[in-house]
Amino acid sequence: MAYTKRNDGRKFDEIRPTEAKAGIIKRADGSAYFKMGKTVAYAAVYGPREIHPKFLQNPKEGKLRCYYNMMPFSSVGDRVRPGANRRAKEIAMVTEKAILPVVDLTEFPNSVVDVFIELPQTDAGTRCAGICAASMALADAGIPMKDMVAAVSIGRVDDKLVVDIDYSEESYEDGTVADIPMAVISRTGEISLLQMDGNLSRDDLKKAIEMAKKACSEIDKIQRDTLKKKYEVKK
Amino acid sequence: MSREQKDHILNFLEKGIRFDGRKLDEYRPIKVEKGFSGNAEGSAKVSIGDTEVLAGVKMSIMEPYPDTPNEGTMMINVELLPLSNPDFEPGPPGIQSIEIARVVDRGIRESGAIDTKKLCIKKGEKVWSVIIDVCPINDDGNLFDASALAVVAALQDAKFPSYDGKVIDYKKKTKESLPLKKLPVSCTVIKIDNHFIVDPTYEEEEKVESRLTVEVEEDGTLCALQKGGDKPLTAEDIDKMVGIGIEKSKELKKFL
Repeated sequence: MAYTKRNDGRKFDEIRPTEAKAGIIKRADGSAYFKMGKTVAYAAVYGPREIHPKFLQNPKEGKLRCYYNMMPFSSVGDRVRPGANRRAKEIAMVTEKAILPVVDLTEFPNSVVDVFIELPQTDAGTRCAGICAASMALADAGIPMKDMVAAVSIGRVDDKLVVDIDYSEESYEDGTVADIPMAVISRTGEISLLQMDGNLSRDDLKKAIEMAKKACSEIDKIQRDTLKKKYEVKK
Repeated sequence: MSREQKDHILNFLEKGIRFDGRKLDEYRPIKVEKGFSGNAEGSAKVSIGDTEVLAGVKMSIMEPYPDTPNEGTMMINVELLPLSNPDFEPGPPGIQSIEIARVVDRGIRESGAIDTKKLCIKKGEKVWSVIIDVCPINDDGNLFDASALAVVAALQDAKFPSYDGKVIDYKKKTKESLPLKKLPVSCTVIKIDNHFIVDPTYEEEEKVESRLTVEVEEDGTLCALQKGGDKPLTAEDIDKMVGIGIEKSKELKKFL
Protein backbone atom coordinates (compact mmCIF):
# COMPACT_ATOMS: atom_id res chain seq x y z
CA MET A 1 0.00 0.00 0.00
CA ALA A 2 1.33 3.40 -0.93
CA TYR A 3 1.80 6.20 1.55
CA THR A 4 -1.13 8.38 0.54
CA LYS A 5 -1.79 10.46 3.62
CA ARG A 6 0.71 11.68 6.21
CA ASN A 7 0.30 10.36 9.75
CA ASP A 8 -0.25 13.82 11.19
CA GLY A 9 -2.34 15.08 8.26
CA ARG A 10 0.28 17.44 6.86
CA LYS A 11 0.72 18.09 3.14
CA PHE A 12 3.74 16.29 1.68
CA ASP A 13 5.66 19.54 1.33
CA GLU A 14 4.58 21.02 4.64
CA ILE A 15 6.92 21.55 7.61
CA ARG A 16 5.66 20.93 11.13
CA PRO A 17 4.41 23.87 13.24
CA THR A 18 7.53 25.82 14.08
CA GLU A 19 8.31 28.13 16.93
CA ALA A 20 11.48 30.17 17.39
CA LYS A 21 12.82 32.44 20.11
CA ALA A 22 16.09 34.32 20.42
CA GLY A 23 18.10 35.30 23.49
CA ILE A 24 16.40 33.00 25.97
CA ILE A 25 19.54 31.95 27.86
CA LYS A 26 20.69 35.00 29.79
CA ARG A 27 24.18 33.84 30.67
CA ALA A 28 25.10 32.94 27.11
CA ASP A 29 26.53 35.45 24.64
CA GLY A 30 23.81 34.40 22.24
CA SER A 31 21.06 31.81 22.36
CA ALA A 32 17.99 30.48 20.62
CA TYR A 33 15.13 28.05 20.98
CA PHE A 34 13.80 26.24 17.94
CA LYS A 35 10.84 23.91 17.98
CA MET A 36 9.71 21.84 14.99
CA GLY A 37 6.63 19.85 15.86
CA LYS A 38 7.61 17.93 18.97
CA THR A 39 11.34 18.27 18.41
CA VAL A 40 12.79 21.00 20.61
CA ALA A 41 16.32 22.41 20.43
CA TYR A 42 18.13 24.97 22.54
CA ALA A 43 21.39 26.49 21.38
CA ALA A 44 23.78 28.68 23.33
CA VAL A 45 26.86 30.44 22.02
CA TYR A 46 29.83 31.34 24.22
CA GLY A 47 32.68 33.33 22.79
CA PRO A 48 34.84 34.31 21.11
CA ARG A 49 36.79 33.18 24.17
CA GLU A 50 40.12 31.64 25.02
CA ILE A 51 40.55 28.12 23.70
CA HIS A 52 41.61 25.18 25.84
CA PRO A 53 43.66 23.08 25.35
CA LYS A 54 46.10 25.69 24.09
CA PHE A 55 47.50 23.62 21.19
CA LEU A 56 44.17 24.11 19.40
CA GLN A 57 44.94 27.80 18.98
CA ASN A 58 45.04 28.98 15.41
CA PRO A 59 46.81 32.31 14.89
CA LYS A 60 45.05 32.80 11.54
CA GLU A 61 41.45 32.63 12.69
CA GLY A 62 39.10 31.62 15.44
CA LYS A 63 37.67 28.13 15.74
CA LEU A 64 34.03 27.11 15.66
CA ARG A 65 33.27 24.23 18.01
CA CYS A 66 29.84 22.58 18.21
CA TYR A 67 28.40 20.17 20.74
CA TYR A 68 25.21 18.15 20.39
CA ASN A 69 23.46 16.49 23.31
CA MET A 70 20.14 14.78 23.86
CA MET A 71 18.85 15.23 27.39
CA PRO A 72 18.48 11.90 29.23
CA PHE A 73 14.67 12.15 29.31
CA SER A 74 14.26 13.48 25.77
CA SER A 75 13.00 10.42 23.94
CA VAL A 76 10.20 7.91 24.18
CA GLY A 77 11.35 4.66 25.74
CA ASP A 78 14.77 4.13 27.26
CA ARG A 79 16.63 6.89 29.02
CA VAL A 80 19.48 8.32 26.95
CA ARG A 81 22.68 7.74 28.88
CA PRO A 82 24.49 11.03 29.51
CA GLY A 83 27.80 11.72 27.81
CA ALA A 84 28.79 12.05 24.19
CA ASN A 85 28.35 8.79 22.28
CA ARG A 86 29.52 8.16 18.72
CA ARG A 87 26.27 9.42 17.25
CA ALA A 88 26.40 12.69 19.23
CA LYS A 89 30.01 13.29 18.21
CA GLU A 90 29.28 12.74 14.54
CA ILE A 91 26.26 15.02 14.61
CA ALA A 92 28.31 17.70 16.38
CA MET A 93 30.89 17.42 13.62
CA VAL A 94 28.44 17.68 10.72
CA THR A 95 26.67 20.55 12.50
CA GLU A 96 29.98 22.38 12.66
CA LYS A 97 30.53 21.84 8.93
CA ALA A 98 26.99 22.96 8.18
CA ILE A 99 27.49 26.30 9.90
CA LEU A 100 31.17 26.98 9.24
CA PRO A 101 30.69 28.39 5.70
CA VAL A 102 28.61 31.31 6.98
CA VAL A 103 30.64 32.44 10.00
CA ASP A 104 33.69 34.63 9.66
CA LEU A 105 36.11 34.17 12.55
CA THR A 106 39.16 35.81 10.97
CA GLU A 107 38.87 38.65 13.45
CA PHE A 108 39.29 36.30 16.40
CA PRO A 109 42.63 34.50 16.07
CA ASN A 110 43.54 32.00 18.81
CA SER A 111 39.96 32.01 20.09
CA VAL A 112 37.00 29.69 20.02
CA VAL A 113 33.30 30.16 19.56
CA ASP A 114 31.49 27.35 21.34
CA VAL A 115 28.00 26.34 20.29
CA PHE A 116 26.09 24.04 22.64
CA ILE A 117 22.97 22.34 21.31
CA GLU A 118 20.64 20.61 23.76
CA LEU A 119 17.53 18.59 22.96
CA PRO A 120 14.97 18.34 25.78
CA GLN A 121 12.42 16.58 23.58
CA THR A 122 12.90 14.68 20.34
CA ASP A 123 10.69 13.48 17.51
CA ALA A 124 13.18 13.07 14.62
CA GLY A 125 14.96 15.90 12.82
CA THR A 126 17.05 16.79 15.86
CA ARG A 127 20.22 17.72 13.99
CA CYS A 128 18.19 20.00 11.72
CA ALA A 129 16.42 21.72 14.62
CA GLY A 130 19.83 22.03 16.30
CA ILE A 131 21.37 23.69 13.25
CA CYS A 132 18.43 26.11 12.95
CA ALA A 133 18.80 27.07 16.61
CA ALA A 134 22.59 27.33 16.36
CA SER A 135 22.44 29.63 13.34
CA MET A 136 20.09 31.94 15.22
CA ALA A 137 22.15 31.82 18.40
CA LEU A 138 25.31 32.81 16.49
CA ALA A 139 23.49 35.78 14.98
CA ASP A 140 22.12 36.66 18.42
CA ALA A 141 25.67 36.57 19.80
CA GLY A 142 26.78 39.08 17.18
CA ILE A 143 29.32 36.73 15.58
CA PRO A 144 30.23 38.06 12.10
CA MET A 145 28.18 36.08 9.60
CA LYS A 146 27.90 36.18 5.85
CA ASP A 147 24.59 34.41 5.80
CA MET A 148 22.18 32.24 7.78
CA VAL A 149 21.68 28.49 7.69
CA ALA A 150 18.38 26.62 7.86
CA ALA A 151 17.99 22.87 7.93
CA VAL A 152 15.28 20.32 7.34
CA SER A 153 15.07 16.59 6.89
CA ILE A 154 13.41 15.28 3.74
CA GLY A 155 12.12 11.76 3.91
CA ARG A 156 11.16 9.18 1.39
CA VAL A 157 8.34 7.16 2.87
CA ASP A 158 7.43 4.30 0.56
CA ASP A 159 6.79 6.04 -2.79
CA LYS A 160 6.47 9.61 -1.47
CA LEU A 161 8.94 12.34 -0.70
CA VAL A 162 7.97 14.20 2.43
CA VAL A 163 9.25 17.41 3.98
CA ASP A 164 10.34 17.44 7.63
CA ILE A 165 9.95 13.74 8.36
CA ASP A 166 8.82 12.92 11.91
CA TYR A 167 9.46 9.83 14.00
CA SER A 168 6.23 8.07 13.09
CA GLU A 169 7.21 8.34 9.42
CA GLU A 170 10.80 7.31 10.06
CA SER A 171 9.47 4.12 11.58
CA TYR A 172 6.90 3.48 8.81
CA GLU A 173 6.47 -0.27 8.55
CA ASP A 174 4.52 -0.87 5.33
CA GLY A 175 7.38 0.15 3.06
CA THR A 176 10.94 1.39 2.96
CA VAL A 177 12.08 4.75 4.28
CA ALA A 178 14.98 7.07 3.55
CA ASP A 179 15.98 10.02 5.70
CA ILE A 180 17.89 12.92 4.13
CA PRO A 181 18.81 15.74 6.50
CA MET A 182 20.01 18.84 4.67
CA ALA A 183 21.12 22.34 5.57
CA VAL A 184 20.77 25.19 3.11
CA ILE A 185 22.66 28.48 3.11
CA SER A 186 19.92 30.96 2.59
CA ARG A 187 21.11 33.45 -0.04
CA THR A 188 23.29 31.16 -2.14
CA GLY A 189 21.10 28.07 -1.89
CA GLU A 190 24.21 25.96 -1.31
CA ILE A 191 23.94 22.75 0.68
CA SER A 192 26.18 22.58 3.75
CA LEU A 193 24.76 19.42 5.32
CA LEU A 194 23.79 16.35 3.39
CA GLN A 195 23.39 12.91 4.86
CA MET A 196 21.19 10.04 3.89
CA ASP A 197 20.28 6.70 5.23
CA GLY A 198 17.97 4.27 3.56
CA ASN A 199 17.93 3.99 -0.21
CA LEU A 200 17.11 6.54 -2.79
CA SER A 201 17.17 7.00 -6.56
CA ARG A 202 19.23 9.73 -8.18
CA ASP A 203 16.05 11.41 -9.40
CA ASP A 204 14.48 11.41 -5.95
CA LEU A 205 17.62 13.00 -4.53
CA LYS A 206 17.30 15.86 -7.02
CA LYS A 207 13.68 16.34 -6.05
CA ALA A 208 14.52 16.11 -2.35
CA ILE A 209 17.10 18.86 -2.68
CA GLU A 210 14.57 21.15 -4.34
CA MET A 211 12.06 20.38 -1.59
CA ALA A 212 14.66 21.12 1.07
CA LYS A 213 15.50 24.45 -0.52
CA LYS A 214 11.87 25.48 -0.52
CA ALA A 215 11.27 24.37 3.06
CA CYS A 216 14.49 26.02 4.22
CA SER A 217 13.46 29.35 2.73
CA GLU A 218 10.31 29.16 4.88
CA ILE A 219 12.40 28.29 7.93
CA ASP A 220 14.87 31.05 7.10
CA LYS A 221 12.05 33.56 7.16
CA ILE A 222 10.98 32.37 10.63
CA GLN A 223 14.57 32.62 11.86
CA ARG A 224 15.08 36.11 10.48
CA ASP A 225 11.73 37.41 11.65
CA THR A 226 12.39 36.14 15.16
CA LEU A 227 15.80 37.82 15.29
CA LYS A 228 14.49 41.05 13.80
CA LYS A 229 11.71 41.09 16.35
CA LYS A 230 14.16 40.76 19.19
CA TYR A 231 16.32 43.58 17.91
CA GLU A 232 13.66 45.89 16.58
CA VAL A 233 13.71 49.42 17.92
CA LYS A 234 10.73 49.84 20.16
CA LYS A 235 8.97 53.13 19.65
CA MET B 1 35.21 38.69 41.55
CA SER B 2 36.91 42.02 42.13
CA ARG B 3 37.30 43.48 45.58
CA GLU B 4 35.25 46.51 44.54
CA GLN B 5 32.36 44.28 43.62
CA LYS B 6 32.63 42.43 46.93
CA ASP B 7 32.64 45.65 48.91
CA HIS B 8 29.71 46.84 46.90
CA ILE B 9 27.66 43.74 47.68
CA LEU B 10 28.57 44.05 51.37
CA ASN B 11 27.57 47.73 51.48
CA PHE B 12 24.24 46.80 50.05
CA LEU B 13 23.70 43.91 52.48
CA GLU B 14 24.57 46.25 55.34
CA LYS B 15 21.54 48.29 54.31
CA GLY B 16 19.39 45.20 54.09
CA ILE B 17 18.99 45.20 50.32
CA ARG B 18 20.51 43.39 47.36
CA PHE B 19 21.67 44.30 43.86
CA ASP B 20 18.32 43.41 42.40
CA GLY B 21 16.39 45.25 45.10
CA ARG B 22 15.25 42.15 46.97
CA LYS B 23 15.17 41.78 50.73
CA LEU B 24 17.71 39.38 52.21
CA ASP B 25 15.17 36.62 52.76
CA GLU B 26 13.27 37.12 49.54
CA TYR B 27 13.18 34.67 46.62
CA ARG B 28 13.04 35.83 43.03
CA PRO B 29 9.76 35.10 41.21
CA ILE B 30 9.25 31.33 40.97
CA LYS B 31 7.47 29.51 38.15
CA VAL B 32 6.75 25.79 38.00
CA GLU B 33 5.47 24.33 34.74
CA LYS B 34 4.67 20.65 34.84
CA GLY B 35 4.61 18.37 31.81
CA PHE B 36 6.65 20.29 29.22
CA SER B 37 7.64 17.03 27.57
CA GLY B 38 5.45 14.28 26.17
CA ASN B 39 8.35 11.84 25.85
CA ALA B 40 9.41 11.69 29.48
CA GLU B 41 7.15 9.86 31.94
CA GLY B 42 7.06 13.06 33.95
CA SER B 43 8.63 16.48 33.50
CA ALA B 44 8.82 19.95 34.95
CA LYS B 45 10.39 23.26 34.09
CA VAL B 46 11.24 25.48 37.03
CA SER B 47 12.47 29.02 36.91
CA ILE B 48 13.64 31.12 39.82
CA GLY B 49 14.34 34.56 38.42
CA ASP B 50 16.61 33.99 35.42
CA THR B 51 17.66 30.55 36.61
CA GLU B 52 15.87 27.87 34.65
CA VAL B 53 16.07 24.09 35.04
CA LEU B 54 14.36 21.14 33.39
CA ALA B 55 13.74 17.84 35.13
CA GLY B 56 12.51 14.66 33.50
CA VAL B 57 11.49 11.28 34.88
CA LYS B 58 12.26 8.05 33.03
CA MET B 59 10.91 4.74 34.28
CA SER B 60 11.95 1.21 33.48
CA ILE B 61 11.80 -2.24 35.01
CA MET B 62 14.81 -3.87 36.62
CA GLU B 63 15.84 -6.53 39.08
CA PRO B 64 15.80 -5.14 42.65
CA TYR B 65 18.95 -4.78 44.70
CA PRO B 66 19.55 -7.90 46.84
CA ASP B 67 19.22 -6.01 50.14
CA THR B 68 15.84 -4.48 49.19
CA PRO B 69 14.11 -7.23 47.17
CA ASN B 70 10.65 -5.69 47.54
CA GLU B 71 11.49 -2.07 46.80
CA GLY B 72 11.78 -0.11 43.59
CA THR B 73 14.81 2.08 42.97
CA MET B 74 15.32 5.78 42.47
CA MET B 75 18.22 7.77 41.13
CA ILE B 76 18.77 11.47 40.65
CA ASN B 77 21.31 12.82 38.22
CA VAL B 78 22.26 16.42 37.53
CA GLU B 79 23.91 17.40 34.25
CA LEU B 80 25.48 20.82 34.51
CA LEU B 81 25.16 21.61 30.83
CA PRO B 82 27.83 23.88 29.37
CA LEU B 83 24.94 25.60 27.62
CA SER B 84 23.78 27.11 30.90
CA ASN B 85 26.94 28.69 32.24
CA PRO B 86 30.23 29.80 30.60
CA ASP B 87 32.21 28.03 33.33
CA PHE B 88 30.66 24.60 32.85
CA GLU B 89 32.63 22.31 30.59
CA PRO B 90 31.52 19.31 28.56
CA GLY B 91 32.54 15.96 29.97
CA PRO B 92 31.73 13.64 32.84
CA PRO B 93 29.94 15.14 35.86
CA GLY B 94 32.19 17.26 38.05
CA ILE B 95 31.99 17.55 41.81
CA GLN B 96 29.52 20.44 41.65
CA SER B 97 26.89 18.44 39.77
CA ILE B 98 27.51 15.36 41.90
CA GLU B 99 26.96 17.40 45.05
CA ILE B 100 23.67 18.88 43.85
CA ALA B 101 22.45 15.48 42.68
CA ARG B 102 23.34 13.79 45.94
CA VAL B 103 21.80 16.46 48.15
CA VAL B 104 18.56 16.48 46.17
CA ASP B 105 18.63 12.66 46.19
CA ARG B 106 18.95 12.61 49.97
CA GLY B 107 16.01 14.96 50.36
CA ILE B 108 13.79 12.63 48.31
CA ARG B 109 15.17 9.40 49.76
CA GLU B 110 15.31 10.29 53.43
CA SER B 111 11.92 11.96 53.51
CA GLY B 112 10.51 8.79 52.00
CA ALA B 113 8.93 10.93 49.30
CA ILE B 114 8.47 7.93 47.01
CA ASP B 115 6.85 4.85 48.47
CA THR B 116 9.40 2.48 46.96
CA LYS B 117 7.59 -0.61 48.26
CA LYS B 118 4.73 0.23 45.91
CA LEU B 119 7.20 0.16 43.02
CA CYS B 120 7.67 -3.57 43.50
CA ILE B 121 6.12 -5.71 40.77
CA LYS B 122 7.40 -9.11 41.85
CA LYS B 123 9.52 -9.52 44.96
CA GLY B 124 13.14 -10.26 44.19
CA GLU B 125 12.55 -10.22 40.45
CA LYS B 126 10.97 -7.10 39.03
CA VAL B 127 10.69 -3.58 40.35
CA TRP B 128 10.21 -0.17 38.78
CA SER B 129 13.27 2.01 38.53
CA VAL B 130 12.71 5.76 38.54
CA ILE B 131 15.47 7.98 37.22
CA ILE B 132 15.16 11.74 37.41
CA ASP B 133 17.56 13.84 35.38
CA VAL B 134 18.00 17.54 35.99
CA CYS B 135 19.35 19.82 33.24
CA PRO B 136 19.83 23.53 33.83
CA ILE B 137 19.15 25.77 30.82
CA ASN B 138 20.37 28.97 32.43
CA ASP B 139 22.36 29.17 35.65
CA ASP B 140 21.79 32.44 37.42
CA GLY B 141 22.45 30.97 40.84
CA ASN B 142 20.68 28.71 43.32
CA LEU B 143 20.67 25.54 41.26
CA PHE B 144 20.22 23.59 44.52
CA ASP B 145 16.73 24.86 45.26
CA ALA B 146 15.65 25.03 41.62
CA SER B 147 16.76 21.42 41.04
CA ALA B 148 15.02 20.13 44.17
CA LEU B 149 11.80 21.88 43.21
CA ALA B 150 11.99 20.61 39.62
CA VAL B 151 12.56 17.02 40.76
CA VAL B 152 9.53 16.95 43.03
CA ALA B 153 7.35 18.68 40.40
CA ALA B 154 8.46 16.17 37.75
CA LEU B 155 7.69 13.28 40.12
CA GLN B 156 4.23 14.72 40.69
CA ASP B 157 3.71 14.94 36.96
CA ALA B 158 4.89 11.38 36.25
CA LYS B 159 2.53 8.67 35.04
CA PHE B 160 3.39 4.99 34.76
CA PRO B 161 3.78 3.77 31.16
CA SER B 162 1.54 0.87 30.29
CA TYR B 163 2.97 -2.54 31.16
CA ASP B 164 1.38 -5.86 30.22
CA GLY B 165 3.56 -8.05 32.42
CA LYS B 166 6.15 -8.55 29.69
CA VAL B 167 7.00 -5.33 27.88
CA ILE B 168 6.56 -1.65 28.60
CA ASP B 169 4.69 0.38 26.01
CA TYR B 170 6.17 3.84 26.48
CA LYS B 171 3.79 5.34 23.96
CA LYS B 172 0.86 4.60 26.21
CA LYS B 173 0.80 6.34 29.53
CA THR B 174 -1.56 5.09 32.20
CA LYS B 175 -3.46 7.42 34.52
CA GLU B 176 -1.57 6.07 37.48
CA SER B 177 0.74 8.53 39.24
CA LEU B 178 3.83 7.66 41.25
CA PRO B 179 3.17 6.74 44.88
CA LEU B 180 4.29 9.96 46.59
CA LYS B 181 4.07 10.25 50.35
CA LYS B 182 5.95 13.47 51.03
CA LEU B 183 6.87 16.60 49.17
CA PRO B 184 10.21 17.81 50.48
CA VAL B 185 11.47 21.23 49.42
CA SER B 186 14.94 22.68 49.58
CA CYS B 187 15.97 26.07 50.87
CA THR B 188 19.60 27.09 50.65
CA VAL B 189 20.70 29.80 53.07
CA ILE B 190 23.89 31.71 52.36
CA LYS B 191 26.14 33.46 54.81
CA ILE B 192 28.11 36.47 53.61
CA ASP B 193 29.91 38.36 56.36
CA ASN B 194 27.25 38.43 59.08
CA HIS B 195 24.32 38.43 56.71
CA PHE B 196 22.04 35.57 55.85
CA ILE B 197 20.44 35.55 52.44
CA VAL B 198 18.35 33.10 50.44
CA ASP B 199 18.19 32.42 46.72
CA PRO B 200 21.56 33.88 45.68
CA THR B 201 22.07 35.09 42.13
CA TYR B 202 25.17 33.95 40.30
CA GLU B 203 26.97 37.14 41.30
CA GLU B 204 26.15 36.59 44.95
CA GLU B 205 27.12 32.93 44.83
CA GLU B 206 30.67 33.90 43.91
CA LYS B 207 30.86 35.72 47.21
CA VAL B 208 29.52 32.91 49.40
CA GLU B 209 31.51 32.23 52.54
CA SER B 210 29.32 29.40 53.71
CA ARG B 211 26.00 27.93 52.77
CA LEU B 212 23.55 25.52 54.30
CA THR B 213 21.05 23.63 52.20
CA VAL B 214 18.05 22.69 54.30
CA GLU B 215 15.58 20.14 52.93
CA VAL B 216 12.28 20.23 54.77
CA GLU B 217 9.16 18.05 54.76
CA GLU B 218 5.66 19.55 54.87
CA ASP B 219 5.49 19.42 58.67
CA GLY B 220 8.82 21.17 59.15
CA THR B 221 10.86 18.00 59.76
CA LEU B 222 14.34 18.24 58.30
CA CYS B 223 15.18 15.49 55.83
CA ALA B 224 18.59 16.53 54.51
CA LEU B 225 21.27 19.06 55.29
CA GLN B 226 24.42 20.04 53.50
CA LYS B 227 26.91 22.62 54.60
CA GLY B 228 29.03 24.11 51.86
CA GLY B 229 31.43 26.98 51.37
CA ASP B 230 34.92 27.47 52.72
CA LYS B 231 34.16 29.03 56.10
CA PRO B 232 32.83 27.27 59.21
CA LEU B 233 29.52 28.06 60.93
CA THR B 234 28.75 28.51 64.62
CA ALA B 235 25.92 26.64 66.33
CA GLU B 236 23.95 29.91 66.46
CA ASP B 237 24.49 30.46 62.74
CA ILE B 238 23.18 26.99 61.99
CA ASP B 239 20.12 27.48 64.17
CA LYS B 240 19.31 30.75 62.44
CA MET B 241 19.86 29.31 58.98
CA VAL B 242 17.70 26.27 59.67
CA GLY B 243 15.02 28.62 60.99
CA ILE B 244 15.10 30.64 57.77
CA GLY B 245 15.05 27.41 55.76
CA ILE B 246 11.96 26.06 57.50
CA GLU B 247 10.18 29.41 57.20
CA LYS B 248 10.94 29.77 53.49
CA SER B 249 10.07 26.17 52.72
CA LYS B 250 6.44 27.01 53.46
CA GLU B 251 6.46 29.51 50.59
CA LEU B 252 8.21 27.14 48.21
CA LYS B 253 5.78 24.33 48.93
CA LYS B 254 2.97 26.40 47.47
CA PHE B 255 4.47 26.01 44.00
CA LEU B 256 4.10 22.21 44.04
